[in-house]
Amino acid sequence: MQAVIKKKAKELLECGTVDRVLGWKAGEFFYDLTPAVFTTPEEIDKDFVFSVFSGANMSKYLIEETKKEGKVAAFIKPCDSYSLVQLQKEHRIKRENCYIVGIACDGMCDMGLVREAGIKGATAVSEKDDKLVLETIYGEKEMPKEKALLERCVHCKSKKVVDFDEMIGENGEENPDCGRFDEVERLEAMTPDERFAFWRSQLSRCIRCNACRNVCPACSCEKCVFDNPDSGIAQKAAASDFEENNFHIIRAYHVAGRCTDCGECSRVCPQNIPLHLLNRKFIKDMNELYGFYQAGADFETKPPIMNYTTNDAEPSVVYQRGGSK
Amino acid sequence: MKKIAKAKIDDLFKAISEKEVLYLPVDDAQGQAAFIPWKEGLKMSGDLNTVRSAKDLFFPQVESLVNFKMDGKKLEIIDAKRENDPFVIFGVRPCDAKSFEILDKVFYYSEPVDSFYIARRDKSTVVVLACNEPEETCFCQAFGIDQAEAAGGDVSAWEDGENFYFKAVTEKGEALLEGLPLEDAEDGAADDIKKAAKAVMEKLPLRDLDLSKFGAGKTQELFDDPAWAKLSESCLGCGTCTFVCPTCQCFDIKDFDGGKQIRRFRCWDSCMYSDFTQMSAGQPRPTQKERFRQRFMHKLVYYPDMHEGMFSCVGCGRCLRKCPIHMNIVKVIKTIGEEK
Ligand code: SF4
Ligand code: SF4
Ligand code: SF4
Ligand code: SF4
Repeated sequence: MQAVIKKKAKELLECGTVDRVLGWKAGEFFYDLTPAVFTTPEEIDKDFVFSVFSGANMSKYLIEETKKEGKVAAFIKPCDSYSLVQLQKEHRIKRENCYIVGIACDGMCDMGLVREAGIKGATAVSEKDDKLVLETIYGEKEMPKEKALLERCVHCKSKKVVDFDEMIGENGEENPDCGRFDEVERLEAMTPDERFAFWRSQLSRCIRCNACRNVCPACSCEKCVFDNPDSGIAQKAAASDFEENNFHIIRAYHVAGRCTDCGECSRVCPQNIPLHLLNRKFIKDMNELYGFYQAGADFETKPPIMNYTTNDAEPSVVYQRGGSK
Repeated sequence: MKKIAKAKIDDLFKAISEKEVLYLPVDDAQGQAAFIPWKEGLKMSGDLNTVRSAKDLFFPQVESLVNFKMDGKKLEIIDAKRENDPFVIFGVRPCDAKSFEILDKVFYYSEPVDSFYIARRDKSTVVVLACNEPEETCFCQAFGIDQAEAAGGDVSAWEDGENFYFKAVTEKGEALLEGLPLEDAEDGAADDIKKAAKAVMEKLPLRDLDLSKFGAGKTQELFDDPAWAKLSESCLGCGTCTFVCPTCQCFDIKDFDGGKQIRRFRCWDSCMYSDFTQMSAGQPRPTQKERFRQRFMHKLVYYPDMHEGMFSCVGCGRCLRKCPIHMNIVKVIKTIGEEK
């Protein structure tokens, strides 16, 4: 796959289709790839990497990249493509300034999960059948690739690239039975006290580094309310538990109907807070109350929050579903 | 030298916590190690390092400085400084122990001193634990830290499959070991452990990181390096690298306005944030490039300028592991170092 992608990237530059290529750049190790802009075939030969560690979603970078002169190529995985479409619906990406190569995907791995499996000091990786074989300072170690997959890949909602100029590999299908709401259902089945305790135990570990917000393609405001001293709720650190919850709940509301469930927030959180559960709860509720809606799945469907139908849920639904009044 | 069998380690933790509050690296709800006060049943984490560094215990992310109460025209000012109980931090790695020296130079020894920091620092006893199994991201050696020696605290400690070994290095450390349920061990008891650790050090991929292009007096040469633009191009401007870093020391002072009461607190700041050191005249670092440069120049040039050439990175590797886009100080050192 990497060879085909690199060849395509060079071709696009050489024949002048694009001036720049957005891709993943090799790091010190096999897993620490950095999103980068490549401008010459030589740079691509030297440093472009596509591997199971190319998890970073490139769509958000297109906001800035497509504002620039010329055209940029981007390689977009199925999940990234939903963000790409959603950002276009919000008029944040100039589509005419980018060339999209969709890439089929079998799932991306996470180094955090490799480490959690007890593998220390990894310096090289190869794939053997469905295993990752890791060379480490302490000798060769193996683990099932499945155990290193990002959460969003374990519950991959769709293998379909929804917007592209050309495809590498065969485009796939949506996967409604991916089980991504199972964990939300487990939380819903809890008593309110248990659920509160669950979220407190998670959110109280937040260090307010803003990685979740800054990586989020739906968080594309020029100035976030939490950075704006005039908003009255600007925060640099949570001064109380109330503020800790406040940041996350407000963020979940702000991205409601626009979050495509791309999974980047949970991927980047240094504290491994399962942020996707909060967004998925919103998605699940919207599906139940307003009919199925997948942000970024197409260019036409209106998001429930910007659409009115006579079947819409009444505000009283809060009391009906909330239990105690 | 003293020792205790690992099977009996809970007896030791119990005995320490009867004297003082004992902070221990423990896995939290999501399997991330953090320093947590020990209580019966808590197990020491198997991770090499905590996500947030041990600096938390001296320089917490949020702390109240002063509170105000308003009642009509009456304004009451309430000192928010609290007395700290003495505490022990167990299992600090040598890199984090070195970070205390770096923070001390700023908060403890430079005027104006930070009385909040000093109060906690004076009340602490630090037990430094040598690293038998460093990770590929560790490069403490580049900063002259020897992870086999467990220096920089009040007690140095080593572990093998069966025992923990302890050696007091300060008076505070001696006072701590006094009266704990420990057995005597010969002086060279940890020698084999050190030898094995040193053999591992030889294999670490970043051990020879070349810092010769950095240090005091390099501002002119490095400030306008064109590489900063490329290095910072995909930086998200989050604060992850600064908040997990044991040596990042910037803070902001904020008010939490509850209407009738105001809590004035300080909290960690990050040079990666858009409002870092913002002034009424504007933002001196208008784009991510300048903010990004600030972080690395501070570690590698400005701090050495102010503190006899000492770097303010300890090579703990936290920023290598946690940056969402895997940009980090090693890539900066290599990129800028190699082109010069
Ligand atoms: S990424 Fe994690 S730790 Fe950082 S602000 Fe978001 S939830 Fe908090
Ligand atoms: S800059 Fe990175 S490696 Fe250096 S001390 Fe800070 S977190 Fe550790
Ligand atoms: S950087 Fe050095 S001291 Fe720190 S954890 Fe790694 S080996 Fe130990
Ligand atoms: S270097 Fe990485 S961790 Fe630091 S601000 Fe940039 S993206 Fe965030």
